[in-house]
Parts: sequence; structure tokens; C-alpha cells
Amino acid sequence: MTVTEDETRDLEADFERTVAAEGRIEPRDWMPEGYRRTLIRQIAQHAHSEIIGMQPEGNWILRAPSLRRKAILLAKVQDEAGHGLYLYSATETLGVDRAELTEKLIDAKQKYSSIFNYPTLTFADIGVIGWLVDGAAICNQVPLCRSSYGPYARAMVRICKEESFHQRQGFELLRTLMAGTDAQRAMVQDAVDRWWWPSLMMFGPADGDSPNTQQSMAWRIKRHTNDELRQRYVDMTVPQAAALGVTLPDPELRWNEERQAHDFGAIDWDEFAQVVKGAGPCNAQRLANRRAAHEEGQWVRDAAAAYAAKQARRTEGAAA
Amino acid sequence: MHSHDETDDENVYDALATADDDGRWAFGTGFDAGTAEIDAPVPDGVDRDDLATYCLMLADDALVASQRLSGWTTKAPELEEEVALANIALDLLGQARVLLARAGHLGAAEPYRGERSDGKGGCAGPQDDEDVLAYFRDDRAFRNVTLVETDLGDFAQTVAWLLVLASWRLALLRRLTGSRDPVLAAVAGKAVKELTYHRDYAAQWVLRLGDGTALSHARMQAGLEAVWPFVEELFTAHAVERRLVDAGVAVDPTELRWEVDAVLDQVLPAATLTRPERPAVGLVGGRGGRDGVHTEALGLVLAVMQSLARAHPEATW
Repeated sequence: MTVTEDETRDLEADFERTVAAEGRIEPRDWMPEGYRRTLIRQIAQHAHSEIIGMQPEGNWILRAPSLRRKAILLAKVQDEAGHGLYLYSATETLGVDRAELTEKLIDAKQKYSSIFNYPTLTFADIGVIGWLVDGAAICNQVPLCRSSYGPYARAMVRICKEESFHQRQGFELLRTLMAGTDAQRAMVQDAVDRWWWPSLMMFGPADGDSPNTQQSMAWRIKRHTNDELRQRYVDMTVPQAAALGVTLPDPELRWNEERQAHDFGAIDWDEFAQVVKGAGPCNAQRLANRRAAHEEGQWVRDAAAAYAAKQARRTEGAAA
Repeated sequence: MHSHDETDDENVYDALATADDDGRWAFGTGFDAGTAEIDAPVPDGVDRDDLATYCLMLADDALVASQRLSGWTTKAPELEEEVALANIALDLLGQARVLLARAGHLGAAEPYRGERSDGKGGCAGPQDDEDVLAYFRDDRAFRNVTLVETDLGDFAQTVAWLLVLASWRLALLRRLTGSRDPVLAAVAGKAVKELTYHRDYAAQWVLRLGDGTALSHARMQAGLEAVWPFVEELFTAHAVERRLVDAGVAVDPTELRWEVDAVLDQVLPAATLTRPERPAVGLVGGRGGRDGVHTEALGLVLAVMQSLARAHPEATW
């Protein structure tokens, strides 16, 4: 059956009306190809970020310095695998499957958040990832709970709830370390110094350099620009840093009474470009690890498929 | 047409911007001793040190197994397995924490606090007993069976290991629900449900890999062979266990063999696998893991696990 041009126009008008009225698009609804492609790109990138993001934190599970911290970290990394699963499921409603997306990730054809290409050098990094990185992720993700695509919005509601626990555990860890020994306090400041600027880069390029933002906002996939979200993150984080007693490494950071917002220094966009291009401190390592897990797991997945096929034949045989 | 629910993202941001102590942030990471308190009195006629040592045995089995399983993080063959293995590691860690706290309450942590008589650095801060015992005890004082410290090898060996471990621990803790020590009984009551899931998870994978492809079959059989030499130790009673069996507190491990065998006799043939015929690993002067005489693997496992805590003996985290 072919859809005539008139019919397409009607469908498109319906779609636009639904989106403009803050309605939700569901998997069986008609949607423009560009909308579908944009969603797949964005949701896959988010799913990949969850999965790659397990690596920097996983680096400290075996060495977590108390059993309670070990339990929290294990649970957090497990949540991230769970988030990856819901998000890959959301992309499946758009007609792509997890295996295909995983191949694209390990072939570096799809991206993940640049932040995970930085190394976790001390245990304080675990706290800072919770506080700053999850904090930035929440700023990005809370508005997505109202995204126009139903399965994505619903996945995000659940993910945001868990992310807010993650952020709190990070903050609580840092508060404990700041109340601890001099060595622990120094560890926290060092971690903040290393993660602050990369966390600002998590919101993506400045609005003038963000090619996809405008269309995504028109489609109500995205609801705020990169710079709006970045500003909100800075304004939210500054009082938290003061409460912790750490210094954010930006001499230009100050309250602007007129704007009722914080001014902050220029982001090193060359560094961001390098990391996005694949030349960050850990890009090669992160992808190599993900590739190794995927390739070394192939025989296990093959076995599961072969077993399921045998079982299906046995059930058929028994029924015949 | 589907209407939006009223998600007010401004309020969500506000809530995040305020640091408070509502304690909601760490779901499922506290530990729950069930109905009994850690400081329940030692049952009449039971030696306090024996009970502490027995708690350490069961705690160390779970702690070291959890540490080994955690090594799968980011390396599992599929995301569902990532989630499942972390879940099992968390369950075991939870079991270990209550048992270590109980052992600590019975005095087991004291030798590792402050200046130690052997001149080694002890824990110099106000750490909880569970952490003193996990991080400041040397490998020779760990009382786990050596099965749990072995390198897990590939996924096939891991599920063979888990099938044996979970079947054995389930048989043990199911009996322990009747212990005269209320803490052991409570820990066991909670753990039985967890271990039933661990055993079933492992059995499902042993079936899939054993009866999957030729390659997976070969690897599954090899995994089982690698684990086998460490099985015999599971059914060997230590003197502490024997004394506590008589006191109605502990379970006699020699009684668990038939139950583990029954599981294996059901799973292995269905998975087209053969029960290995390999000798048990030898002991050193008759002593094994329960006596603190381990394989070479444990020292390395603990070196990694304890490195950060020991670098800051005065710090709490």
C-alpha cells in the first residue's frame, strides 16, 4: 500500500498538531522520518552513555574503601546497566535493535557522552561523578520526561528518579570526605578540579554551534537549549560547592546581580572537540573494553540462541 | 491522542538543589539483619569465640565470592547478565555485612584496631566492625572456603562456580534457619530466598551453555572441571563447626553433600554434561581455607580490595 502525497500531508499535519498541543507520539503513530532518526540518534547516544559510563565507576568497585560504599557503587553501576536496557528498549519501538546499536557504538559510528572519556583516578572521583556528572545529567534529563515521544518520556521518568539518588549519594560521599582527613579533603578538591570543566561540556556545544537543537525543540524532543541547561546547572551547583567547602576551578565564576545568574569563564571548546573526535584521555580504552566484552560474549549469546531454538523444536515435537 | 501528565521539572530541580539528610539516596545499600539484632546474647552453652569464628567463615565465603563476582562488571556477555551478576554480588555482600557485624560484636574486630601486637598497622579510625574485619584483617585470618577465592575464568566457569556455590550455601543456610543463634537464623532466613534465585540463575545458564553449541558445551564442561577440585572442601567439617553443631548453632557441612549432588544430578545430565572425576586440591598439612590456609589467589584478591582502606587507616568513608 502506498501513501499518497495528500495522505502524507494529512499525517504530517496531525503529527504537528499533536506535538504542538503537547500530546505524545506513540510507536504506532505516524511520524516524520527525520523525527524518528533524531530520536534514535539521541536515545541510542543516551543508552551508550549509560553503558560506557559504567566503566569509570566500575574501576573502583573492587577497591571501594568500605563495604557500604562498595554496595552503593555496585548498586549504582547496576542501575546504569538497567538504564541502558530501558533506553535500548525505547529505541526498539522505533525499529532498530540493541545488537545493531551496539555494533555502531563499538565501531565508533555513534557517540556517547564525552565525559566518560576522562579517567577516575581516586575514590573521590566516584563522589564527584555522582555530584557533578549525574547532576549535569539530571539537568539534561528532567525535561526529557516531557519529551513528545512516549516511550522515551516514560523511560526518562524512571531514570531521573534513580539519577537523583545517584546524585545524592555522590554529594553525601563528598560531604563525608570533606569532614574527614586532610588527605581526603585534598582528594576531593583534586577531583573537582579535574571534573568541573568536563561536566560543563556535557551540555554540548554553545547554542550558536549546535546544529540539531532547533529542530529537536520544535519537535518537543528537547525543551531547553544547551546554554540554558548549562546555566541552570552552574546556578544549581555553586551553592552546593559552597556547602561542601570546595572551590570550583574558575576564577571568573561570580554572581551577576543583573542577570540573576552566575557568570562563568570560557569553556575550552578545543578540548571538547578533541574528546568528541575520539582523542580524549580514555576514548580508546573505553571502546576497546566495550568491544572486548561484546566480542568475548558472542559465544555465550550464540549458545543461548541455539539452546532456545532446540527448546522450541522440542516443544513443537512434543505438540505434534 | 495522549495527554501529558503534569511533570513540573522546575520543582524537581529545586529539590535537587537543596542538600538535606532525608536518607533516601541509598536504596538497598544499608543492611538488614532481619528480625534479630546484631547484639543478641550468645546462646547458653555456646563459646563466644567459636561463634565469632563461625560468623567469619560464613561472612568470608560471601564477601570473597561477592568480590570475585564484582570483577564481571562491564565485562558480562549481555546487559541482562551485567544486571544479574551485580545483583548476586550485592546479595552476597549484604549477607557478609550482617555476619561481619555479628562477628565484630562478639569481639572479632578488636585485634585489628589500633596498635597491633604483631607490629602491623591496624585500623586507626572509628571504622565500623564490618570494615575493620573486611579491610584490616590479613589473608591468613580469612576463614572462607577456597572455592570462593578462585579466579572465575570465563562465563562458563563462572556459572559452574555459582551453581556449586549457591547450591551448597542454600543447603547450608536453609538448615541454619533453625540455629539457636538468632542472628544466624535471621540472616539465613533472608538469604535462602536470594540463594534460591542465584542457584536457579546459574542452573539456567549451565543448561543453555551445556546444551547450546559445540563450543559452549566444551567450555561448560571445562568450566565444571576447573571448579571441581574445590568442591570436596565444602563438605569438610572444621573443629569449630563440629563444636557448634553439637551446641545447636551451626550446620554440619558433611550433611550437605547429598543435597548438592541432587541438584547436580538433575542439572548436569539435562545440560548434556558429565560429572567430572578430578581429585580434590590437596591441603597443606591437613589445613584448608577454614583454617586460614588458602590458595595463592586470595592474597591478590585482598591486596586489591584492601589497598585504599589500608592507605588511609585513620579515615572513614
